[in-house]
Amino acid sequence: MLARVCTFTIDGVDPRQVWAEVDIRSGLPSFTIVGLGDAAVRESRDRVRAAIQNSHFEFPQMRITANLAPAFLKKVGPGFDAALALGVLAASGQAPADALNRYAVFGELSLSGALRDSPGALAVAEGARQAGFPRLIVPRERAREAAIVEGVEVVGVSSLQAAADVVKGSEVPPLPAPEPDTSVPLPEPDLIDVRGHAAPLLALQIAAAGGHNLLLDGAPGTGKTMLARRLPSILPAMSRSEAIEVTRIHSVAGIHANGLIRARPFRAPHHTISPSGLVGGGSPPRPGEATLASHGVLFLDELSEFQRSSLDALRQPLEDGAVTIVRAQRALRFPTSFILIAATNPCPCGFAGVDDRCGCGEAELRRHRRKLSGPLLDRMDLLVSVQRPTEDELREPPAIGSAQARDRVAEARERQRERLAGTAASCNGEMDAREVRRHVRLDPAAEQALGDAYMAGVLSVRGRHRVMRVARTIADLERCDRVARGHVLTALALRQRTGSETALAA
Amino acid sequence: MNDRRACDRCLKRTWLLARLSGHLDQARGRAEEVLELADTELLAALAGPRRGAVAAEYERVQPRAIRHRVGAAGLEPICRCDPGYPQRLLALSSPPSVLHVGGGLERLLEIVSGEPVAIVGARRASGYGLEVAGSLGRGLGSAGVAVVSGMAIGIDSAAHAGALDAAAHTVAVLPGGAEQPYPPGKRSLYNRIRGAGAVVSELPPGTAVRRWMFPARNRIIAGLSAATVVVEARERSGALLAAARAVELGRAVGAVPGRVTSPLATGPHRLLTRGATIVRGPQDVLDLLFGCGVRTAPAQTRPALADDLERVLRKISDGHDTIAALARAGLPADQALTALSALELAGYVRREAGGRYMVVP
Repeated sequence: MLARVCTFTIDGVDPRQVWAEVDIRSGLPSFTIVGLGDAAVRESRDRVRAAIQNSHFEFPQMRITANLAPAFLKKVGPGFDAALALGVLAASGQAPADALNRYAVFGELSLSGALRDSPGALAVAEGARQAGFPRLIVPRERAREAAIVEGVEVVGVSSLQAAADVVKGSEVPPLPAPEPDTSVPLPEPDLIDVRGHAAPLLALQIAAAGGHNLLLDGAPGTGKTMLARRLPSILPAMSRSEAIEVTRIHSVAGIHANGLIRARPFRAPHHTISPSGLVGGGSPPRPGEATLASHGVLFLDELSEFQRSSLDALRQPLEDGAVTIVRAQRALRFPTSFILIAATNPCPCGFAGVDDRCGCGEAELRRHRRKLSGPLLDRMDLLVSVQRPTEDELREPPAIGSAQARDRVAEARERQRERLAGTAASCNGEMDAREVRRHVRLDPAAEQALGDAYMAGVLSVRGRHRVMRVARTIADLERCDRVARGHVLTALALRQRTGSETALAA
Repeated sequence: MNDRRACDRCLKRTWLLARLSGHLDQARGRAEEVLELADTELLAALAGPRRGAVAAEYERVQPRAIRHRVGAAGLEPICRCDPGYPQRLLALSSPPSVLHVGGGLERLLEIVSGEPVAIVGARRASGYGLEVAGSLGRGLGSAGVAVVSGMAIGIDSAAHAGALDAAAHTVAVLPGGAEQPYPPGKRSLYNRIRGAGAVVSELPPGTAVRRWMFPARNRIIAGLSAATVVVEARERSGALLAAARAVELGRAVGAVPGRVTSPLATGPHRLLTRGATIVRGPQDVLDLLFGCGVRTAPAQTRPALADDLERVLRKISDGHDTIAALARAGLPADQALTALSALELAGYVRREAGGRYMVVP
């Protein structure tokens, strides 16, 4: 007899539908699984057999062939166990095969027959909804996460026995109560803690408002990291679809299990990270830090200490908002739309520009600059220097709190959304050259200032577009429809200086 | 290519210097005294136990082959026996026997027959020093005064680049062979100097750089120039050697003051206390060369500033040279950013490492 059960595999961070087909016929007792599975799938046989027997079902002593279709798709991980086991039960008449057609099933089995926690339930729930399944069986630990997706009834069960009971028609168990959050919430970093740092504060708001990448440059201990950590606090709240995407990614990566993520991600990988750690990779390919930072902030501290290859790997993600990983004739696409914020010392010793303490020679400076320069800096819209605040500034009241800044940012983003409706860009930082020309209206004095800068040779063509994007954001923050001279001048002061535009040192 | 402007004896001496380069390095503390020695004395003093063999080699060397090598390297030689040899150099106790010139011998002779000025200073210079050296080079260049320096990184290169920016002549005196740049990273500057001025060395092409050559090179820089200006120099800088040589030759010496707390200002300040002329800009150097007010540096054409920008510029000159410092001086950050950009575009300030803004002289 033949039965088939719908399940899903995670391809990158996206769900792909897989049919677990089970055929049982008379012959020498055997159990084979075909369909391009990995080692975990092959071992599934033994888990499924033991789980069925330990759940007080009968494991048919016949010839069992299971196929995971489509056969071309590589199936990874133990998430097919539950589907295979239910397939065996249905094919041997121990569960109703026609009722099973209404279910998608996902989860790993233990030998005892318990359904084990398996990462990626949110992605699976999205797949089940798209494929039109009314009900989804997942491990109980993952039920709340899967239930974020609307339009699918999530059945969170803790054993194969319970899953079979539901299929047979018993009542769907209620979702588990949300785990009481026992951890003491850490105070979110807030701009209210910042004293002094007038220019960096402005740059942070511009970066948040326009989705611009920002480079902080300053001597050790001046507060670069402290400032960078406060960027997420002034970004507008995520939309539901953004939140679901973030939750899905983090769930697939196995670093989140409980409900919808609401806070924007902030990822700060250490500078020893490998290229595949940063943009994703490995076998099976897993999302990297760039993907985990999607819709949030990726912070690279000590930018010049990162391997050149890691930084180069960030080019495509920054350019396209996604990274494509090719493994064994398969191309996977990981989304990567984040704001990049990086911090660096102005020179190897860190003290260039602070009195005459800097002891770096011209050659060292050039090496430092070369390490930083190039395509990555080319994608950084903003450069701001961070100086040590003075004693007086430390005693002053804070300039602005995160809540207030977030309101400003949200309003500026709203203006951009209206202007950019119907284009691929959602904020000024994402505008391409054509959109810059179309949407950035300069008044004559602003045009003049930009022209002067271009004539003076301090701007490349690309740099010119960068300045226009940033100027547009500054105007949005000030609720201006046209970009005025002051906006362009501010953008010029915050411009990234690459190549001949003398980057970071004299 | 070379119509015999270098005699056989002088050419043989360059061969000997290159041959004894390693030995000279051992005696580098007294390199200049040693260079005063005649060829046979040099051999006797330096070659040690191998002196017989070296002397035999020296006898066998063919001046024609040397001359050929110089020509093949694209250089033109002129020796101290030639009447066209730079007169100022002859005042040295040990004038280079031969100058190997790249970029045109006639051009070099024309440049050094005028009133060239040496601008020398520290390799690890500050942004301030580089800016001043560049603007001296530009200012002197646009007043028609050539700049002589050593093409080292830091002050030397900034001075050369300033002169080149003003489309003026500039001469680089190199420590090793003049057919290739030293330091090697300065190739593009080297090519520009060869194209618009001259590169010079006392040593034949292909000579590897050794430490004794730096003080030796400094004496040529001072010797070629009518005046020597030190921009930034630490306690024991080679630039101070050039200044000392200029004093001995009775040439004018100038020094650019710095901050008393900066180690880079030690050298210039010592020179100033000993009677060097203070150099605050190109005009001071022109006054030093030609007498007060005889020649004036062409004024830089910069757009006039509005009052508010003028005030900001004054604040920056007063040391409020970062956005944070300007904020402390009562200028909100957003206004400071706008003003700094406007000043930068107009050429009044420049952004330095670490976000410091510097007033362009």
